[in-house]
Amino acid sequence: MEPMYTGSYQVAKDDYTSAGHASADIKRQLKQIGVSGDVLRRVAVASYEVELNLVIHSLGGELTLNVYPDCVQLVSSDVGPGIPDLNMAMKEGYSTASEMARSMGFGAGMGLPNMKRNADDFNIESTVGVGTTITMGFHLR
Amino acid sequence: MLVSELIPLIDAKNLTPDLSTDREVTCGYVCDLLSWVMSHGDSGMAWVTVQTHMNVIAVAVLSEMACVILPEGIDMEAESLQKAVSEGMVVLQSPLTAFDICGRMAAKGVPAQN
Repeated sequence: MEPMYTGSYQVAKDDYTSAGHASADIKRQLKQIGVSGDVLRRVAVASYEVELNLVIHSLGGELTLNVYPDCVQLVSSDVGPGIPDLNMAMKEGYSTASEMARSMGFGAGMGLPNMKRNADDFNIESTVGVGTTITMGFHLR
Repeated sequence: MLVSELIPLIDAKNLTPDLSTDREVTCGYVCDLLSWVMSHGDSGMAWVTVQTHMNVIAVAVLSEMACVILPEGIDMEAESLQKAVSEGMVVLQSPLTAFDICGRMAAKGVPAQN
């Protein structure tokens, strides 16, 4: 099915200054479309987490918002480096964030678990040397 | 409690005076790990942190918080304050420690969670 609305955002590696712009715009667009309350908040939190993950961990990537009549979908797709151990990465408290990221208060190892908690559907696929794709769905009714 | 009532309670200065302080504080929180706050933040929260970079504002806005409180007279960078104003997030600066700020809020009945 074709989405009613699609928006794409490029997210650059280590760009802490712009971090949050994509999530803020996603929240604005969804508000305009009429998404509100609990779903809007959960999408906002998950999109910020995944955007920050692209900044902190990836070599750069793209965040895509798809809105369907019954669901909001977020897809994060990066160009590497890939996650060697997905089970460890999904564990709360486990982080490979840099000192720079940690000094800014990131790297608590809560990102992926928090995305999973906030999304109704969560899927992650990663290949070392290729990249990581995270797909999240949020039911509208 | 409104943000306007919180300001005198913690001897705070409003670093975003152009924004309305007529918003309800429903709970309080103190933490400097942004990714931790992302998973525990809540709407109406008054969040005490020593972090002052722009991502503090992004986290507070996305969680629909009532305000950000900087303890011990900590200043916020001009660009972060600009972002706070453009996003409508009130930033307060208090001379008190995070411990004292939370103590005063708790004594007035502000809970830890909604």
